[in-house]
Amino acid sequence: MVLIGELAAQAAQMLLVLLVAPLLTGLVRKVKARLQRRRGPPLLQPYRDLRRLIGKEVVLAENASWLFRVVPYLVFSATWVAAALVPTFATGLLFSWTGDLIAIIALLATARFLLQLAALDIGTSFGGIGASRESLIASLAEPATIMIVFTIALIAGSTQLSHIAAFMGSEQVGLRVSLAFALVALVIVAIAENARIPVDNPATHLELTMVHEAMVLEYSGRHLAMIEAAASVKLLFHLSLIACIFFPFGLAQEGRDLLAYAAGAGLWLAKLAAGGVLLAMFETSIAKMRVFRVPGFLGAALMLGLLATLLLFISRSL
Amino acid sequence: MLTALLLCALALLAVAGLAALGRGGERRGAALATAAVYGGCLAVSTLAFALALAALLGGVTSGLTLPLGLPWLGAHFRLDALSAAFLVLVSLGAAGASFYALGYGRHAEAPLRVLPFYPLFLAGMLLVPLADDAYAFLLCWELMSLASWALVLAEHRPAENARAGFLYIVMASFGTLALLLAFGLLAGPEGRYAFAAMRVGDHAPLTSALVLALALLGAGSKAGLVPLHVWLPLAHPAAPSHVSALMSGVMTKVAVYAFIRIVFDLLGAPAWWWSVPVLTLGASSAVLGVLHALTEGDLKRLLAYSTIENIGVVFIGLGLALAFRADGHLGAAALALVAALFHAFNHTLFKSALFYGAGAVLAATHGERDIERLGGLIHRMPVSSAAVLVAAMAAAALPPLNGFASEWLAFQAILVSPDLPQWALKFLIPTVGTLLALAAALAASCFLRAYGIAWLGRPRSAAAAEAAETDRFSGAAMAGFAVLCVLFGLFPGAAVDALAPVTERLVGARMPAQLGEAWLSIVPIADSRSSYNGLLVFLFVVASAVIAAAAIHRLASRALRRAPPWDCGFPRLAPSMQYTGASLSQPLRRVFGPVVFRARETVEMPPPGSVAPARIVRERRDLAWEFLYAPVGRAVGRAAELLNHLQFLTIRRYLVFVFLSLVLLLLGLGLWS
Repeated sequence: MVLIGELAAQAAQMLLVLLVAPLLTGLVRKVKARLQRRRGPPLLQPYRDLRRLIGKEVVLAENASWLFRVVPYLVFSATWVAAALVPTFATGLLFSWTGDLIAIIALLATARFLLQLAALDIGTSFGGIGASRESLIASLAEPATIMIVFTIALIAGSTQLSHIAAFMGSEQVGLRVSLAFALVALVIVAIAENARIPVDNPATHLELTMVHEAMVLEYSGRHLAMIEAAASVKLLFHLSLIACIFFPFGLAQEGRDLLAYAAGAGLWLAKLAAGGVLLAMFETSIAKMRVFRVPGFLGAALMLGLLATLLLFISRSL
Repeated sequence: MLTALLLCALALLAVAGLAALGRGGERRGAALATAAVYGGCLAVSTLAFALALAALLGGVTSGLTLPLGLPWLGAHFRLDALSAAFLVLVSLGAAGASFYALGYGRHAEAPLRVLPFYPLFLAGMLLVPLADDAYAFLLCWELMSLASWALVLAEHRPAENARAGFLYIVMASFGTLALLLAFGLLAGPEGRYAFAAMRVGDHAPLTSALVLALALLGAGSKAGLVPLHVWLPLAHPAAPSHVSALMSGVMTKVAVYAFIRIVFDLLGAPAWWWSVPVLTLGASSAVLGVLHALTEGDLKRLLAYSTIENIGVVFIGLGLALAFRADGHLGAAALALVAALFHAFNHTLFKSALFYGAGAVLAATHGERDIERLGGLIHRMPVSSAAVLVAAMAAAALPPLNGFASEWLAFQAILVSPDLPQWALKFLIPTVGTLLALAAALAASCFLRAYGIAWLGRPRSAAAAEAAETDRFSGAAMAGFAVLCVLFGLFPGAAVDALAPVTERLVGARMPAQLGEAWLSIVPIADSRSSYNGLLVFLFVVASAVIAAAAIHRLASRALRRAPPWDCGFPRLAPSMQYTGASLSQPLRRVFGPVVFRARETVEMPPPGSVAPARIVRERRDLAWEFLYAPVGRAVGRAAELLNHLQFLTIRRYLVFVFLSLVLLLLGLGLWS
């Protein structure tokens, strides 16, 4: 009976992540539009887009291989699993120990690797340019993420997200320099990973500035829907990750009753909304940078992560 | 069991002898000899694999002294957990390569230049981990080196192969010399050449430091540690592909074995600072190796550079293990050592598969190694492309494959290290961790490029357009190793548990037993610290992908139409308009190149109105070569030039020289006493 309850909680988290993700994307778009004094599409537009894309026929390039057709589903499911392993409304769910933070980050790297391969599969120059720039971003963002993970793991004594969230929610943490560094670095990485301004522009229509959009240029129909859904889930993943590590208040921990779960879920949604609004405001206030300014931007994250880790090697209390 | 393993090596020597006797003038004789030699090697190495695995799991330790070698010493052989673990690796790699060669070997132009040396090479690699005295060890080591040198020169006509062979023999001799001196120091003035005697003798700190340096030089040059790596990317690709797989995947591990045997076993308790050079060299090898691989256009040389990266990762694990052991954190030392050994094993698996794949490409395209002239092979070589994709993802350290599992363990080992008291390590280890993460991320870019350019896209040359699937043996060997990559990624706990006797023997502790964990997770320290379950990650990903695909196909739409690529409406795409390997790595080259390679790119644009072509010139320099090897080479050349004068003197002057040296020697003798 307990097992069924836990399974249900885990399944609820998986579904919740999937259902909320397009709403978050819609929220960010709406806020951005309002900030630019446009009316913007309705909040639920991403759901409609997905439904429309799923129903359409796929126009597949003549020389697409089997890999090109498999990748969208794999990218989607890898991102989904990664997002479902982050505590959203409760810690210590049934399968929360399946992968620790390093494994979750690496799972997203798998998704990215597959998407880059698909970009190269047709043999167009835009696919190549997207894959090439994405690998530049990834090669700096991933080590920066690992350094952030190190920082957090050294403070919390664990790379398990449930334990990290529980620890961060306790009184033992206090104010730390290293945590501030890690937060800034994680925000930079999250912006880069989600192809947001100033690194990339999700709404771009100018081919030469595209990174993520250039990679998925050849996709259409249900394949594109999978990739769009994956992008939404990825944004949600990063916001949940920041929320669960740095703002873990309200996560249901020991009590395990429905009320705690509901409260946790409500708070989580509020945190996501706050994160989405902040992201939209940040994006509106800054201009996109040239591709070769990105290494400096991400290098800052890497250095902050390394510095935070070094501080913790010197003293556990910093 | 030891006797049986020695008999295996003897059988390989016999196969080599028979192969040397054969005269394959006509084609049929050569085909028969190929099948016989590789079949024999396959049978023997499979047997050796079974024996070594049984010895490792059963905890067999046995010794044997044969009346061979030095008359007062004899030849000592010994089988313990460490040698059994490496024998498992060697014989598995050897069996795979032999099986692959049953098909691939038929493409050899001059099979008799390969066949006699191949079993010799295998025998050398099987014997090194068994040797239990310095003389036997060096003899087997040289057998391995020389046989592989002969295999590097199997195609000796191209000038670059000849150069690779020359550089290899010079570096191999240098490495053996360093090991010889290391054993000399270990043996001490009493001449304790048996390993058992070295183990119990105690060594002065200075001697230990020298032995460590010599072991790093000797084993490191064979393993390909930066800056001793320069021969490796030339020599490994020059050999036939199955031998390249053995040299990259297996022989470098024998060098790792030599390092572990000397430093962890024979040298006694370590000092904490030993880890500093090991970690530094390991981290720089990891990053430099992968950066070289990232900018390399030759398919096989790229794989060889990636070997340098992986050896770097292994040495990072070994350095961490040394540091932990010196400070008494034995559990953490066991974790780091397991990470190193497991990564060495994983590297054997995926690098073998990748080299088999490169060989299949070579055979299918009549020797095309330049990735800029390949492309679209996924359509024409379905089995190979799938197997190579799995191996490339494993090499890129992506979950749920095996390469990730071992790097994950290495990261866990780094996370335990703040407890170390030394300040140097407190600064060094986080930096090493960053470099390890950077190397892993760059490896993903590197294999994206290798796979995306060579196997995906559209064919960039006629040879690539006409490629056909490889033969059944090669395909099966590749697929088998790819499956192993998946299996060890899903069940890493089995490998961790199998390595427990090795860590107990070397650092006196073991990681917690993994196979009893719920759902076959791996838990290196404690549940609350970290855990990873490749099996569940894999099942979740596959299940949700299948569910998503099935739901969409069933409920929404399954319509599909083939059309020309969209490419933002650009019509008539020529294959030459695709991204090339060089352009794919251009951003990363631009970020890292100026620092690491002193790379420069000059673009010459013709003036407006001119019809002259624009040119782009890329320049990449290997700084290790320029600042380390070239000066030494020049100095040797100059010295030889000077000494050359001595060959053309009159008899009187020679007599004067003889007389003078006699006087000097006597003087020295007189002063000595």
